[in-house]
Amino acid sequence: MKFSEEFETRFSQMVTHYPTKRSALVPTLLYAQDEVGFLSDEVISEIAGRLELTELDVRNVISYYSMLTTKPRGKYNVQVCTNISCLVRGGEQILHHCKNKLGIGHKGTTADGMFSLEEVECIGACSWAPAAQVNYDYHENLTPEKMDKVLDEYQKKGMQ
Amino acid sequence: MADLVSHPDEVKVVSRRFGQGAANLDRYMELDGYKALQKAVAMEPDAIVNEVKNSGLRGRGGAGFSTGMKWSFVPKQSAKPKYVLCNGDESEPGTCKDRLIFEHDPHSVIEGVMIAALAVGAKSGYIYIRGEYRYLSIIMQKAIADAYARGFIGKNIFGSGRDLDIYWHGGAGAYEVGEESALMESLEGKRGIPRIRPPFPAVVGLWGGPTVINNAETLASVPHIMLGGADWYAKLGTPKNGGTRLFCLSGNLARPGVYELPMGYNLKKMIYDVGGGIPNGRQLKAVVPGGSSTPCLLPNEIDVPMDFDSLMKAGSMLGSGGVVVLDDAQCIVKFALRTMKFYQHESCGWCIPCREGTDWLKKTLIRFHSGGGVIKDIDNMQYLSENMLGRTFCPLGDAAAMPTIAFVKKFRKEFEDHLDGKPCPFEPAGAREPEAAMAH
Repeated sequence: MKFSEEFETRFSQMVTHYPTKRSALVPTLLYAQDEVGFLSDEVISEIAGRLELTELDVRNVISYYSMLTTKPRGKYNVQVCTNISCLVRGGEQILHHCKNKLGIGHKGTTADGMFSLEEVECIGACSWAPAAQVNYDYHENLTPEKMDKVLDEYQKKGMQ
Repeated sequence: MADLVSHPDEVKVVSRRFGQGAANLDRYMELDGYKALQKAVAMEPDAIVNEVKNSGLRGRGGAGFSTGMKWSFVPKQSAKPKYVLCNGDESEPGTCKDRLIFEHDPHSVIEGVMIAALAVGAKSGYIYIRGEYRYLSIIMQKAIADAYARGFIGKNIFGSGRDLDIYWHGGAGAYEVGEESALMESLEGKRGIPRIRPPFPAVVGLWGGPTVINNAETLASVPHIMLGGADWYAKLGTPKNGGTRLFCLSGNLARPGVYELPMGYNLKKMIYDVGGGIPNGRQLKAVVPGGSSTPCLLPNEIDVPMDFDSLMKAGSMLGSGGVVVLDDAQCIVKFALRTMKFYQHESCGWCIPCREGTDWLKKTLIRFHSGGGVIKDIDNMQYLSENMLGRTFCPLGDAAAMPTIAFVKKFRKEFEDHLDGKPCPFEPAGAREPEAAMAH
């Protein structure tokens, strides 16, 4: 299967960084997922082959890490933190607001494939709570109104 | 990206380059960058270790172990290569400090890793950054590439005849991986399950070689110690607790933010002066002083110096520097439940007391918070937590049990107010998220 040139450059460098090939597995999976959208059977088989692992080895690792997924997600994965620092500043209200606005629950995806929603554990934005990540971008000091704007912007961007 | 704050009581050491564009190598050089490394290159390895030992620097990840001591455990002779591993998996709820270091001063981490490598005789260093911090990985990868291009990393560093390679590595979402032995498993491309110790990583670590593992803030402090001297650094703090530390103030505060304060700074002052106190006319209810795993303190317990030993004496821990403040509108049962949901979600499942204990406690707290608790549950929660302590491979079991014991002991009355079908006194009926939907 074909990955981007950027992926291939990164991969060929990364495997030289460690005494064992397997060590490149976790970041490689995440970069592959970023390109394909999820870790498909084809991706798993390809990466297992490259790193001389069994597919089962790779699947065992995937199931451990919360960012890795074998199921497709929306174009924009909205990850709302409700952990303690966010909780006491209204993180649950932000999550609730997103659920209502998008019409989906935890780990759900909208029918048009634009958004997925996830309640996540601490994302390291405690002093700027409540916070969410959309894909890798941080959005902090959120209010329901601010969250609306964030979602609207991604909706617009996604339509282009 | 994240906003910076400041306060007159701050003593900026690790944060002195924040907001000054120091991710750029030239700018970093103008701000004394790589001078500490050049100094270290001319020193005997033992002299570097002693300098760090004498500085009183203790692990900023949470355990507070003497950094110099940790380095001294690495054997001088080793058939296998030695490694330095920087722990940037920052995931303890309430903690957001390493993020600022990676964003504003990535070269200070690289320099710290290199000095550690010189001290213990390692030829490679790895900087592990959690997967969620993608933008920081990009900053770090550029910083490493820039330093290579300038010849600071690689062959014959600063004419020392020593070769040293530094690599970036990324995670993919796992709190447990912040534990040092699980971190090594993750870097080796496996599930992040802890290893049994002994042998300790200093003897048998990454790929079987002796390995020094330090938190990012710890390593970023090292160049400042080399330049300013052990005595200067030690005197910034309190006895046996050298230097300053980044405190992450969060929760119900008027001015939350990451502030660098001397070790031993008074917690009460930190909340009411530095953090601006409790807003909206509310009162302080409790403080979680060092990240979610540390036992909470009551308002009458906060007149304490924030250093490792004083917090231990106060029945809690300094932990990772995450100070989470709760006002009197917060429900402790709900807070305890959210804390436990986290530990249950993050437990790797390797040890039974942690895997089963966190699940039982979560289920009990869910039932309790929805009004289905019975009086026996309160003692059961304490009993169950106490039986998890010290019975797991890694500290995750303790991290889940310790705060729970404190919540139950210090807020027993509030747990009793939730008994026998009574609605939560803090949340009007209907305003609450259905508990079934909360489970994840």
